[in-house]
Amino acid sequence: METILTRVQRVIAGKLGVTEDSVTMESDFIKDLGADSLDVAELVMLFENEFSLEIPDSEMEKMKTVGDVVGYLEKNMK
Amino acid sequence: MKLLDQKVALVTGAAQGIGRSIALKFAENGADVIFTDIREDERSQGLMAELEAKGVRAAFFAADASSLEQTKEVCNAVTEKFGRLDVLVNNAGITRDMLLLRMTAEDWERVIRLNLTSVFNYTKVFSSVMMRQRSGSIINMASIVGVNGNAGQANYAASKAGIIGFTKSVAKELGSRNIRSNAIAPGFIETAMTKQLSEEVIEHWKQEIPLRRPGTPDDVAKLALFLASDLSEYITGQVICCDGGLAL
Ligand SMILES: NC(=O)c1ccc[n+]([C@@H]2O[C@H](COP(=O)([O-])OP(=O)(O)OC[C@H]3O[C@@H](n4cnc5c(N)ncnc54)[C@H](O)[C@@H]3O)[C@@H](O)[C@H]2O)c1
Repeated sequence: METILTRVQRVIAGKLGVTEDSVTMESDFIKDLGADSLDVAELVMLFENEFSLEIPDSEMEKMKTVGDVVGYLEKNMK
Repeated sequence: MKLLDQKVALVTGAAQGIGRSIALKFAENGADVIFTDIREDERSQGLMAELEAKGVRAAFFAADASSLEQTKEVCNAVTEKFGRLDVLVNNAGITRDMLLLRMTAEDWERVIRLNLTSVFNYTKVFSSVMMRQRSGSIINMASIVGVNGNAGQANYAASKAGIIGFTKSVAKELGSRNIRSNAIAPGFIETAMTKQLSEEVIEHWKQEIPLRRPGTPDDVAKLALFLASDLSEYITGQVICCDGGLAL
């Protein structure tokens, strides 16, 4: 079974054109991975598809780093 | 090389009038054309045949532009069949003219939903396709009435002014993805929509037009062609009047 982090890394790498290795729990989407606010919105939609769940806008606003996303998914995935 | 070679375009509410002329103009210039209207009938079948006769790929969907659900279905079918969308023309629109005193909430809501919510639906759904492509041109059919207002058209004018604000916001929001968003503001164009007006009103309008003639759907289609093509690649967030000078 793939870990959540691996799947998140793959989605991010595919979208932002960075290597999977460069995506760590600490990576900040905007400061470290070169994303802008539209990229983050698109990424959230990709995570929703990948993990078959809905991420409310209020949660999306809190997602600054990869760790924030992984933490949210761990808590909310069944 | 034609202006729209290799582009895929979609026009809403195109079974007749301005939308129809735009669909044909795009096909003549090499684009594959998808069009929608509220129902399938001789008009849509006729246009389908004319488009195909121009040697491009064409598709028609009977869909209510004011329904987000139906818009998503159209988008799924379009991406499956064509794989992309380069040009979106939000053209579907209606009027329900009457003095504010007599206007019911239903008259108001219907026009807002059909003219403005439909633009939200199509732009929302198809902009994600354009974002992935990193290119696109969105053309919204406003009206000079949305700029200047008009007695007896408070609902219609509000919907068209809303389209203008929406157009400019989308231009700012999606510009970084090379997606352009512009509005066309037609003046007095001879179509079924303006045939409903009385002889007297029509004469009055004609006198007011500096170029001294009403516009034709083809006049609007030529502007749409410019905005759809790469000739306008540095133009976004604009409202361009196509009105013979009427709004001046
Ligand atoms: N004719 C003019 O003088 C004029 C002036 C300014 C702006 N406009 C705008 O140009 C656009 C086209 O106008 P036109 O004169 O060709 O009108 P029209 O009435 O001839 O054509 C409009 C088309 O939209 C379709 N439509 C209506 N509701 C729909 C829905 N819910 N979903 C899908 N299709 C729907 C109709 O069936 C019709 O085929 C409209 O947005 C109109 O407001 C027209």
